[in-house]
Amino acid sequence: MSDLCDEREAAFATAGLGSEAAAEVTAGDAAAGWAPDAPLIAHRTTWQEVWTRLRRDRFALVGLAAIILLVVIAVFAPWIAPHDPTAQFDEGLTMRGMPVGPSGQFPLGTDTLGRDLLSRLIYGARVSLVIGVLANGFALVLGVVFGLTAGYFRGWVETLLMRATDVMMAFPIYLFAVALVSVLRPSLGILVLVIGIVYWTPMTRVIHGEVLSIREKEFVDAARLTGCTSVRILYRHILPHLVAPIIVYTSLGIATTILFESTLSYIGLGVQPPTPSWGQMISEGQAYYLSAPHLVLYPGLMIMITVLAFNLVGDGLRDAFDPQQRRR
Amino acid sequence: MNAGSAQLLSVKDLSVDFASQEGVVHAVDGVSFSVGSGELVGLVGESGCGKSVTATAILGLTRMLPNATVTGAIEFEGRDLLALPENEVREIRGRDIAMIFQDPVTSLNPVLPIGRLMTEGLENHLGLSHTDATARSIELLSTVGIPQAAERIKDYPHQFSGGMRQRVMIAIALSCNPRLLLADEPTTALDVTIQAQILRLMRQLSSEYGAAVIVITHDLGVVAGMCRRILVMYAGRIVEEGPAKPLFRHPHHPYTVGLLRSVPRLDRPRADELVSIQGLPPDLSHLPPGCAFAPRCWLATDECWCAAPPLAATGEGRRCACFHRDRLVERETERVAP
Repeated sequence: MSDLCDEREAAFATAGLGSEAAAEVTAGDAAAGWAPDAPLIAHRTTWQEVWTRLRRDRFALVGLAAIILLVVIAVFAPWIAPHDPTAQFDEGLTMRGMPVGPSGQFPLGTDTLGRDLLSRLIYGARVSLVIGVLANGFALVLGVVFGLTAGYFRGWVETLLMRATDVMMAFPIYLFAVALVSVLRPSLGILVLVIGIVYWTPMTRVIHGEVLSIREKEFVDAARLTGCTSVRILYRHILPHLVAPIIVYTSLGIATTILFESTLSYIGLGVQPPTPSWGQMISEGQAYYLSAPHLVLYPGLMIMITVLAFNLVGDGLRDAFDPQQRRR
Repeated sequence: MNAGSAQLLSVKDLSVDFASQEGVVHAVDGVSFSVGSGELVGLVGESGCGKSVTATAILGLTRMLPNATVTGAIEFEGRDLLALPENEVREIRGRDIAMIFQDPVTSLNPVLPIGRLMTEGLENHLGLSHTDATARSIELLSTVGIPQAAERIKDYPHQFSGGMRQRVMIAIALSCNPRLLLADEPTTALDVTIQAQILRLMRQLSSEYGAAVIVITHDLGVVAGMCRRILVMYAGRIVEEGPAKPLFRHPHHPYTVGLLRSVPRLDRPRADELVSIQGLPPDLSHLPPGCAFAPRCWLATDECWCAAPPLAATGEGRRCACFHRDRLVERETERVAP
C-alpha cells in the first residue's frame, strides 16, 4: 500500500497541489468511504459483464425466454401434454378418415392417424433439443480438438487437418448425411453422430484461426517455461481464450443442427415413427395441406421459433462478448 | 574469460536460420560466448541483430518454430541443450534457466490469475503440492515488493500496474531458484522511474539467489549500470566483447563506437542534432560477403568488403571482430589525448 500512497503523493506534487490541498482531498476520500484496503475498481467477472450487455439486447432476451420455455416444455412433456403422443383416438378422425379440428379434447386438432397434434408438438421439442444439443456438442468437441491441434502444432498435422476440413466443406453435406444414415439405419444415436461428423468443420476453422494468433503470444512461451507440456498449454492456457467464440458458435450451431434434423426427418431418414419429430410431422401432413393446413403449419412454426430463438441468442452473445465489434 | 568461476553456460558456434519466402534468414550466425556462475552479462545490439533469437535458442523455444534450423552447441552445466530430448529440456527450462520477458502485458496470460501462473512452475518443476506452491508464491510476491501478496495472488494480470506486472514476472522467473536468468529487454515497456526500481530489484535478487543474468537490451544505460561484461551483437554475430568499463571507455569496434555516440549526453556540449549510425542494419537474408557493418563503417576498406573479420582475442578478456581495431584505437586516443 505504501507504493500507492507514494504514487498519490507524487501525483499531488506534480499537479502543483500544496500539502493542504492534498490533505483536503484525502479527507474527502475518507468521507466518501474510500478505504485504503478496498479494491480501487469494483471487481466484475467476464460473465457479469457479458450478462450486463446481454440484458440490454431485447432480441436476445426474447430468444433466451423462448429457449427457456422450450426446455421447460421438453423436460416436463409428460405432465404438460394432454395425451400420449403416440395414442390413436377413434374420435380423432372424422367419419371419412380426416383429421379433426381444434376442440376441447384436442386443442390443436389431430393428425392423419387421429393422434393429438399438441401432444406431438410438445414431445417433438424433446427430439429437436436433444439432437440439437448432443449433435452440436459432438461437433463442438471434434471442432475444438482438431482446431486446437492444427493451430498449435502447425506443420504436417495442420496441413492434414485443415485440408480435411476443406474437403469436408466442399462435400455436399446433405448427400453425405443421407448416405451415412441410410447405410447405418437411423436412430437417435446415429443421428447425433452423423450430424456431428457433418458439422465439425466451421468450429474447426474458427478455433484454428484463433489459436494461430494466440500461440504467438509471449505468455505461451512463458507457460512453456513453467514446464507445461503442450497438451497442458493447450487446455489450460489457450482454451480459456476461446470461450467466447465457442459459446457464440455453439448457440448458432444448435439452430443449424435442429434445422438439419428436421430436414432428415422430413425425408424419412431422421427420427423414426412413432416417435414424434417436427420435421417428420411436416412430411406426414404435407399431403393434406389444403384440407388440414394446421398439420404443416404448427410444426413449421415450432421449427422456425426454435431456430430463430437460438440465432437471436447467438447474435446477442457475439455482441455481448465483443462490444467493440457491434454490427449495428 | 572468467578464470576461477566455472562456466555455467557456453554457447559454441550457434547459428539460427529461419526459412522464409525471401530465402533463408540468418538470424544468428556462428555466435560463441560463455557465462560463468553468478555473472552479470549484457547482450547489446540494435533491433533485429539476433539478441532475442539467441535467448530463444538457449531456452530451446526454437523447437516450436517449424521454420527454424538451429546448429552449434549450447552447453549448460556440461550438457548440450540442443542434443537433449524435449522432455529433458522441459525440466531445465524454467527451473535452471528462467526468462524475464520484455512486455509483462503480453507475457502474463490474461485469463488466469497470477497465482495460478506462479504455482504451475513450482508444481511442475519442484513437485510441490498446491498448498506449498501457493505459500511459496505468496512469499515470492512479497520478496519482489508486492504488498498484500496473500490477497493479490488471486488477482488477474490486468489488475496490476505495468511495474507490478514486471515484478510478478521476476517472481515467476525466480520461483525455482534458476542458475541462469535471461532478461529480454526487461525494462523497455516500463516508465523510467520504474525501470530503475526493477533493475535494482533484479541485481539484488540475482546476487541473493546466486543466479547468473544475461541482460538483453538495446539500452546501453541499462547494461552499464548492471553488467560486468558486455557482448555487442550486430547482424547475428558478436562483434565485440569485454569487461563493461574498458569496453565503454575504449571501444574497439566501430559499431560499438557508433552505439555509444548515439546515446544522447547531458555532460557534453549540445550538438545540433542527435547522432545516429548512418544507414540501416543489413537484410539478414542477403548478408554482404564481408563484414556486415562495412556498408555503414567509416573505416571500411576493400578488405572489409571481401572477408568477414574473425572475432579475435585482444587481451584483457576482450574480443573484437574488426580488421581496423588498431586504427580505431589510435584515432580514439588522438581524439581524447589533446
